[in-house]
Amino acid sequence: MKVILPLDENKIDVCVSFGRCQYFMIHDTDSGSTEIKGNPVADAQGGAGIKSAQFIVDSKADALITVRCGENAAKVLNMAGIKIFKSEGIGAEHNIALLKSGKLSPLAQFHAGFHGKR
Amino acid sequence: MSVNLAAATKSASYIDCDVEEPNGRIFLQPKGCEETPVFTALPEFDESKCIGCRKCVEFCRFNALMFIGNKPAVFSEVCHACGGCTLVCSEGAVAETKKQIGTVEQGRCGNINVVTGILNIGEASGVAVIRKALDIGLQANGDAIIDCPPGSGCSVIESVSASDCCIIVAEPTAFGLHNFKMAYRLAKLLDKSCYAIINKEDVPYPPLDNFCAENGVKILARIPFDPEAALLLANGKLLYGSNAHYTNLFRNILCEVKP
Repeated sequence: MKVILPLDENKIDVCVSFGRCQYFMIHDTDSGSTEIKGNPVADAQGGAGIKSAQFIVDSKADALITVRCGENAAKVLNMAGIKIFKSEGIGAEHNIALLKSGKLSPLAQFHAGFHGKR
Repeated sequence: MSVNLAAATKSASYIDCDVEEPNGRIFLQPKGCEETPVFTALPEFDESKCIGCRKCVEFCRFNALMFIGNKPAVFSEVCHACGGCTLVCSEGAVAETKKQIGTVEQGRCGNINVVTGILNIGEASGVAVIRKALDIGLQANGDAIIDCPPGSGCSVIESVSASDCCIIVAEPTAFGLHNFKMAYRLAKLLDKSCYAIINKEDVPYPPLDNFCAENGVKILARIPFDPEAALLLANGKLLYGSNAHYTNLFRNILCEVKP
């Protein structure tokens, strides 16, 4: 299974912003490999959530772990059948471990987006 | 400011282009209103023609398109109706459908032709509504007061483009000057003459005065903060006609702009 998380500038912690995070961490639970990729739309004028969700779909991830997620991004992820989990605490590695042991819950609330406001 | 100037003309068109929050009609209370719907284009994708090249998705600078299950789809509220996806599709798989994004309301307040652009809540861009409001409002003969949205983005460009000259209302603060400079630069790019009104000026802010002096921008009025004016406005009342001071103030501003 491929898991993806939005990452802070320090590349260690889960970023509170999903669409405008600086990096994404992509972890393959089968091979145990971890990859960090820059978010191509961190500074997009608008629609950053939609485009970030597209990035996740295109990276063929199975699950997203995030602090929060907007409605439009959730729609993209749902249509692609990607599960969305709510992160616990701040460490990205810690969250991957929690997901593996089945201790993360699905994200239940989706906000209406910030639309250019940071 | 603009509703009071419109009231002072007694016969002009007042066109509210601040379509995200049109409030001029609260003051002018137009009668006999007629509504015109405003539509924009929304892309529709023909799955039988789409080859999945993603050119449209990559082109969209507003990121309004997604590509799931080998086909594109649009987020209608994010789409700015630029038509780019239709243009870049080499397969002719993108058609444009109509979608209502707002209305233009036209009525009368005495001899003032009151035209209001109203953008539906949640829509990304009000440019099409502004264009329609100007189109309808400028059909009437005589002068027009265009109530411009704030900032210096697309909707301001659209509103300013239709004008002959601009009155920029600034507040005497660092923030006010920053906004004033942006609006001034935009107006100059569009080759419009500019005047300034300094609002809520209890103490002058010299950098604003200096900027106006250096750029030859005439200051038409300096209006101090007035709790009575705030009360009148909060109750939806015009300052013009409320007392001789304000009535003369707005008359004089009009005379300065249009001798």
